Amino acid sequence: MMSSHRLRKFHGRLMETVCLLAALAAVVPLFAFLWHLVAMGAGAFSPALFTHLPMPPGELGGGLKNAILGSVLVVGTATVLGIPVGIGAAVFMTEFARPSLTSALRFACDVLSGVPSIVMGLLAYQVVVRPMHHFSAFSGSIALAFIMLPVVVITTQEMLRLVPHSLREAGHALGIPAWRIASSISVRAAAPGILTGAILAMSRIAGETAPMLFTSFGNPFLSMDPKAPIATLPHTIFTYAISPYEDWHRLAWGGALILVLGILGATLLSRLILWWHQRSLNS
Amino acid sequence: MDAPTIVTSELPLADLAQKLRPAAAVPPELAGAPTADDVEPPSAQETAPRALFEDKYHRSTGRFADRVFRLATGSCAAVVASLILVVVLYMVKGSVPAFRDHGLGAIISPVWDPTNQKYGALAFLFGTAYTSLIGMAIALPLAVLTAVALVEILPSGLAKVLSLAVELLAAIPSVLLGLWGIFELVPLVRRFEISIYKSPLGLRRLPIFSGAPLGVGFLAAGLLLAIMALPFILSVSREVLLQVPRAQREAAYALGATRWQAIRKFILPYSWKGIFGASLLGLARVLGETMAVTMVIGNTPQIKASLFASGYTLASVIANEFTEAPSDLAISALISLGLILLLLSVTLNAAARIMLFYLNRSAGAPQVAK
Amino acid sequence: MLACQDLKIEFDRKQVLKGVTLAFPAQKISAIIGPSGCGKSTLLRAFNRMHDLTPGAKVTGSVTLNGVEIYHDAEDPVLIRRRIGMVFQKANPFPTLSIFENTISGLRLSGVGNRGLLQEAAEKALVDAALWDEVKDRLKSSPMSLSGGQQQRLCIARALAVDPEVLLMDEPCSALDPIATSKIEELMFRLRERLTVVIVTHNMQQAARASDRTAFLWMGELVEEGETEAIFTSPKKSMTEDYITGRFG
Repeated sequence: MMSSHRLRKFHGRLMETVCLLAALAAVVPLFAFLWHLVAMGAGAFSPALFTHLPMPPGELGGGLKNAILGSVLVVGTATVLGIPVGIGAAVFMTEFARPSLTSALRFACDVLSGVPSIVMGLLAYQVVVRPMHHFSAFSGSIALAFIMLPVVVITTQEMLRLVPHSLREAGHALGIPAWRIASSISVRAAAPGILTGAILAMSRIAGETAPMLFTSFGNPFLSMDPKAPIATLPHTIFTYAISPYEDWHRLAWGGALILVLGILGATLLSRLILWWHQRSLNS
Repeated sequence: MDAPTIVTSELPLADLAQKLRPAAAVPPELAGAPTADDVEPPSAQETAPRALFEDKYHRSTGRFADRVFRLATGSCAAVVASLILVVVLYMVKGSVPAFRDHGLGAIISPVWDPTNQKYGALAFLFGTAYTSLIGMAIALPLAVLTAVALVEILPSGLAKVLSLAVELLAAIPSVLLGLWGIFELVPLVRRFEISIYKSPLGLRRLPIFSGAPLGVGFLAAGLLLAIMALPFILSVSREVLLQVPRAQREAAYALGATRWQAIRKFILPYSWKGIFGASLLGLARVLGETMAVTMVIGNTPQIKASLFASGYTLASVIANEFTEAPSDLAISALISLGLILLLLSVTLNAAARIMLFYLNRSAGAPQVAK
Repeated sequence: MLACQDLKIEFDRKQVLKGVTLAFPAQKISAIIGPSGCGKSTLLRAFNRMHDLTPGAKVTGSVTLNGVEIYHDAEDPVLIRRRIGMVFQKANPFPTLSIFENTISGLRLSGVGNRGLLQEAAEKALVDAALWDEVKDRLKSSPMSLSGGQQQRLCIARALAVDPEVLLMDEPCSALDPIATSKIEELMFRLRERLTVVIVTHNMQQAARASDRTAFLWMGELVEEGETEAIFTSPKKSMTEDYITGRFG
């Protein structure tokens, strides 16, 4: 019969083991996913994936060229629309707005970031697709820009908040106009962080599928027309994954690998920017 | 001029003034320098721009540019602020035809058959609720235990690596998790379900395990949702645990508690409110999850208690049926489902954030920025 | 000459300065001394309208430069701050700009583009701030590579480049070692020839050795003011004497 202290210790150790097992269980899905991604995706990885257009169902060969280029167009347009507005809003919040207004705006952004992406797609459908009477790459970009906005505002605001107030004070004491302080002192000091936030927001919307279903709609052919339906990578992956065709499944994994490599690349790029900036400050 | 000597406080101040001032005689004209009493402020009634405060280099004060800049950035802020209202407005606007046709009550009817003008959403409400419940039931305990492991038990180097690994999970797009779900998870779940089905204990008679072991269904969807909610709840829980003041921990250990006792009786009770807020945020997030769920849930609008059963969620039916909707009314009905989804997520989100805000305020801790 | 009359300042209804009347004669170094929290920095910041940037701050009374009211509605604070410069307690050079860019930032960021002018202004300012010899070979490098004292002199150079008439210094040496402090005091004496210098300091020895006139502030009120020598050797008020001899504060 163990003493009560030994019992407590044993119980404690047991529970701690449970926690450690939980931690292990928490990382298993990531590794399982990555393992299968590489195993299945590597098989599909070839230059043909990038250079070929899709084949009709049942026929072998084919690639994801239209989807990759489509994603580039849609994500690129969304970025051009969303990033400047997001940064502008964040600059207003940190440099000009009263604290109460800033909190209210930030709250609005937090709530916006919780809106399901499919709902944003429905908004873009009603605002762009209906008036235009057909699906289009542009409507997809609008949906993605809506999704991207709160993310960009929040990260930019956080980065601007990190700029010490003493720098702005120094600017004011020199008789520099307020707008110049905002742009050339605050934003400039926070620039690497803001850029990183923008890159991460881009990589986030690159993987969005649900809104694309009824905005950009997909297109088996190559099209770069913003007013026409367009294929995007995640949407194509979805279509192929739920299809009954083995070859399309293979392509889906290939596309998945491309997407993950893209996201990984974006993450690495943003870390590189931060590291390089840190170095140039210390030199 | 002499090199200034370093001052110490032992020197009497009367000497100080003499020793350390540079040897500059006070010019006679300043002997009569105006004191505060002599100064008369000029009348402040002049309204013309002052010649004094013109700029030597003839630079502008940027007044105009200031106004333009403020206007430009302010409009951006206005766009963002109005977006939330615009979303709600359009979703309501889009749902009006459906509500006018069959009213709010029809929503809770279980029959969904747009080709026959039946728009009951009960099955989807059930599916969304059930899958989210399963997901949270798995993710929450797992996340809390993992957070405890990362903050209290594991050495910080290993903890950092593991937290990074879980964070990476959050970066995986929903459609890719769904892809993995279809081809890797569903077969596993099917094997599990088959083993339960074949179990000599007759488990398959329990309502929760009844039905054909197909693999796709509520369980598979719930598992994917758990995977997606986990990093979210974990990161907020970690932050909450890290904010427990050192004094609390040290007091616990000083009283002779084992590490687990300290965790269970002091640290977790202190943090449970924050963790609760974190799980509300996680729940709000999984309610709107579309792609991964759509790919593994079986897409059958039915209300069954069994984990094995196929189902349908609000988001999935919109994703699957929107482009094939047989009529404008059907589209409006789907938009009304989107409205329900929107109201659910936004309310939960706002409630969770307000709760976390007041929690942080009362604890005096820096705000958990999520 | 910089002066204030019955200056009252409150923050969110809390009275910090309770009616101060002072004059700082031109081309002299004037020190403001007093215990922590007595309102010295608040007083100093009123002279370049820095409180305009603080929500909840209310400034009443009059502040004049050479007889012209600074707080008049028609005056633009931006222009005023180009005539009345300020150096802060902790050196705050802009970390993303080079030493040269920092020095002329006040000029360039308010619209001066002429390179020749900027070069000249930078060199003059750095010489006046006794920093030129130390940085002339590395004008393009980051200010963060400088020591604390050098960074503060860079901030002084930056303020001087705008060519102000008055330089307000808010405890500029409190974060520096004695050698760095003495370098700054040296350059203050040289600046005195063209500018009016007002320095807030909690270091009485500094006030005694470095200033021509001293004002003693206590709990938001001016207790005594006059020639530094007189204040330190034969103060008129007993409170002044108590503070100077270290009996409190």
